[in-house]
Amino acid sequence: MNQFHVIVFGPLVGFLIAGLFGRRIGDRASMLLTSLLVSLSAVLSIPVFIDTAFSGGQFSVPVLEWVQVGMLHFTWSLHVDTLTAVMLVVVTVVSSLVHWYSIGYMDEDPDKPRFFAYLSLFTFAMLMLVSADNLVQTFFGWEGVGLASYLLIGFWFKKPSANAAAIKAFVVNRVGDFGFSLGIFALFMVTGSVGFEKIFAKVPSLAQADFIFLGHQAHALTVIGVLLFIGAMGKSAQILLHTWLPDAMEGPTPVSALIHAATMVTAGVFLVARMSPLYEHAPAAADLVTFIGATTAFFAATVGLVQNDIKRVIAYSTCSQLGYMFVAAGVSAYGAAIFHLFTHAFFKALLFLGAGSVIHAMHHEQDMRRMGGLRPMIPLTYLMMIVGTLALTGFPLTAGYFSKDSIIEAAFAHGGSIGEYAFVMTVVAAALTSFYSWRLIFLTFHGRPRASEEVLAHVHESPAVMTIPLMVLAAGALFAGWGFHEFFVGEARGEFWNGALAAGGGRVLDHIHHLPWTITYLPTVMMVLGFVIAFWFYLANPAVPVALAQRMNGLYRFLLNKWYFDELYDLLFVRPAFRIGRALWKIGDGRIIDGLGPDGVARAVMAGAARIRRIQTGCIYTYAFAMLIGVVLLVATVMLAERGF
Amino acid sequence: MLAVNPILPELLLAVGAMVLLMIGAFSRDGAYGLIRTLSLVLFGLAAFVLLAFVDSPADAFGGMFRVDAFAVFVKVLILVAAGFALMVADDYLAYRGLRRFEYPVLILLATVGMMLMVSAHTLLALYVGLELQSLALYVLAAFNRDRLRSSEAGLKYFVLGALASGMLLYGISLIYGFSGTLDFAILAERLKNPATVHPGLLTGLVFLFAGLVFKISAVPFHMWTPDVYEGAPTPVTALFAGAPKAAAMALILRVLMEAFPGMVEEWRQLVIIVAIATMAVGSFAALVQTNIKRLMAYSSIANMGFALAGVAAATPEGVRGVLIYMVIYVLMTVGSFALILAMRREDGWSEEIEDLAGLATTRPAMAAAMAIFMFSLAGIPLLAGFFAKLYVFLAVVHAGLVWLAVVGFIFSVVAAVYYLRIVKVMYLDPPKVEFSPIAGSGIPFVAGVTAALNSPLHLLFIWPLVLVAGIAANALF
Repeated sequence: MNQFHVIVFGPLVGFLIAGLFGRRIGDRASMLLTSLLVSLSAVLSIPVFIDTAFSGGQFSVPVLEWVQVGMLHFTWSLHVDTLTAVMLVVVTVVSSLVHWYSIGYMDEDPDKPRFFAYLSLFTFAMLMLVSADNLVQTFFGWEGVGLASYLLIGFWFKKPSANAAAIKAFVVNRVGDFGFSLGIFALFMVTGSVGFEKIFAKVPSLAQADFIFLGHQAHALTVIGVLLFIGAMGKSAQILLHTWLPDAMEGPTPVSALIHAATMVTAGVFLVARMSPLYEHAPAAADLVTFIGATTAFFAATVGLVQNDIKRVIAYSTCSQLGYMFVAAGVSAYGAAIFHLFTHAFFKALLFLGAGSVIHAMHHEQDMRRMGGLRPMIPLTYLMMIVGTLALTGFPLTAGYFSKDSIIEAAFAHGGSIGEYAFVMTVVAAALTSFYSWRLIFLTFHGRPRASEEVLAHVHESPAVMTIPLMVLAAGALFAGWGFHEFFVGEARGEFWNGALAAGGGRVLDHIHHLPWTITYLPTVMMVLGFVIAFWFYLANPAVPVALAQRMNGLYRFLLNKWYFDELYDLLFVRPAFRIGRALWKIGDGRIIDGLGPDGVARAVMAGAARIRRIQTGCIYTYAFAMLIGVVLLVATVMLAERGF
Repeated sequence: MLAVNPILPELLLAVGAMVLLMIGAFSRDGAYGLIRTLSLVLFGLAAFVLLAFVDSPADAFGGMFRVDAFAVFVKVLILVAAGFALMVADDYLAYRGLRRFEYPVLILLATVGMMLMVSAHTLLALYVGLELQSLALYVLAAFNRDRLRSSEAGLKYFVLGALASGMLLYGISLIYGFSGTLDFAILAERLKNPATVHPGLLTGLVFLFAGLVFKISAVPFHMWTPDVYEGAPTPVTALFAGAPKAAAMALILRVLMEAFPGMVEEWRQLVIIVAIATMAVGSFAALVQTNIKRLMAYSSIANMGFALAGVAAATPEGVRGVLIYMVIYVLMTVGSFALILAMRREDGWSEEIEDLAGLATTRPAMAAAMAIFMFSLAGIPLLAGFFAKLYVFLAVVHAGLVWLAVVGFIFSVVAAVYYLRIVKVMYLDPPKVEFSPIAGSGIPFVAGVTAALNSPLHLLFIWPLVLVAGIAANALF
């Protein structure tokens, strides 16, 4: 047993104790125990990060022999390289801050032990995912976080909408998981292994290999890359499989901060980065990653423009920022992708927890149309939200400035039609991001208060247990980019990544320092543009957005209804599935299987039994007759069989 | 080790029966209690003496009578079953005014007959044992001679039994005519490699088989069973369902394995046909029964079908499976009858399944024991009945008769329905009838012991049982 075991299994212990004995040990003990154990993980993972990232260490700690069946053989172990170490820090730090924050946020909830148990379960599964050294263990963690996400979205299970959202998240993720598992099977088929080390050793020799499936020939690594990316799309809510993420906001806000902003949804990005040696040899798959990422970045940002629910705006923002990360991963700037993941975790968790603080202050009001003018009442929250917004929009020298700009530059440097597409999309999305982020701030904190007197009378600043995590995250949002960009994407990245990512963290990153200055400044210009428009729309002249929405009503409705994805899916998949299900139920199961099966057999059995009873007359001659007939039949049968009939 | 006459246990019981008859005849009040107790002592004594022959097989009367591990195993089982049946009778006999000294004596004589059957090593000894047993049982069935149903049961059993004996004797005479011997060992020798089996011999075998399976109430020779089980006094039914079945099954095993090993192909199909028919009728007919004694009659028919499937395997493993099956069957059935004997209301015994409704609330211990027996009879894992079926079907599968095992599984599912229905009635239906307390310690003792042996506690004993049954089975090969 060493510090790795403590980091990974501490949250599991917390989950088991709070989950099984939560009622016995009480709310307070459950909350403190889980929070302390996760904090211990966080404290221990910082030295691990320093060891791996700056001293070139790599650790592999076996836990147990897991599966040994035929050719399939792998162990359960904790593998720590720089990529894992970064994720360890992100997961444990954000998770511990969220744990502490939740003590304040969930103050009035009657089910605190259950909530904290789920949070710790999630943390354990996420750590399992990032510390895997083979795909099966990754998948274990992958499903574990999916389960925790399901449980936490539906935490308030008495709300029908929360249950619906939980089921939706689960089902949509199942589509992605199907792709992921097919990808694992395909990789096992071509490499004979599920361990990363063995897979990556074989990948170069498979660069030209082809699959033949049902008469179609396809490039093996491309197929695998696409399949794995389908898994990543589900988990990271990329366009087509994104519909669950906004609905997932039904869960408590700390959950949104931890799972649906900082950690779980980035698992897809992590997976692509982890499989970077494979994507290096599957350019078509990588292009798909970029295309989907860029499209999502733009699409989610446009939807974010018009949403009125404070959490949904941030949810679409998360979706959009995940698109940025995939753009980076697709253009082989893996370092930039993970860098943005790293910084995004801080400022997005900050924004969510800040929003949570607002919601807490407003007694669970989430609609921004009923907020406004909150700045003097909750000044600290306001300040924190400003920091988060600055970082998200890429204000110079904040975290987002370094990470997002490097992605946009990498897309440009990658070039080609896909690079240009990604560049245009991300630049436009940068302006949109700035607009909707400032719109959120202005609608919530500025202008006239639009809430009822009663609510306003009770608005209060959150307790210290909630604001201190905000401040820690704010520090990260301000300084994480400035402090680390040299290592993640700069000159020192080769040494920093130490082989954890392919091509030293990305081929294109060398070129981003030689781009024309117009390109370098473009994102900042976009950020200012977005701010100015938002200022004009919502502070200087609030009549403009209303008039605009009326004049371009079609576009407005299109965006407000999220490009009609939910309606489209309802029409294409959900309703036909229900129809098929009903048909199978009524006709297939009811009439055919039950009718001929259980019901029919039962009827036949009872009829047969009644017939046997009728033979049982009670008359002795019947019985004697049956015996004689029986013996004659037996003699006849045996005779015939003996004669060979 | 003392040299013990091989027939000593039977002699003990037979002479003991005479002595007890004298005691009964000459004592003023019939002395039922004393005779019952002494009978139980004789059973115990006989079982103890039997153990001497476990690893020293011996013959008597020029090879007509044989004691080997197989015989010892089955005889001990018979003694236990008969002893249990005697123990549970007290309350019933007292209530019905049937505490007559002939009752234990008849059981003793029937037991002697059963033990002779198990040891029979010629066809003649077989017949003598069978008739000795049967005559005593006919009388027992009609023991409550003042009641019409009891007399009817005795008469039916007697007439049909006579018909079966006729078939048996006819078969024996044919076999003797075509082989020239009655001795099992010589028969086996002469029929070792029959180039062609003479139709007369084949017919003889079928008739012999028919006469034997009548005693285990296999289809189509089963029709007396429900009527006799229902009509006979319940303690007698408890006896019928246990010891005689074990004896007859042992006799079938010994005849088929020792006398006709060369004709396996011929008799195996016979056994399979009868086994399937028996399982089918036993499982299906029980579904529509409302009287619990009739239900138990069909249950025992179905169980004999499952055991016959093990006979069809015709291997030492199959015989072992059948022996294990019979032990567990006897424990389940005798226990169930002990509880049926406890179903007494103010105005006499209740025999309807409906009357068990709500037993779980009125008599929780009784309901729990009954539930154990029913689950065990249904072959639910964790109860002994599961292993009974497991070892039989395992042997059947190993003998290459996978389809037969599948058929057996299907019928055991059908049979599970009516066992589970009883549990449902006891646990889920509202109480209807209040049972009165019963006198004597016999029923609680037997029910308790058998329930414990059927409960998951059996896991402690199942492995020794399998070992011992394996040794007994090997004695036939």
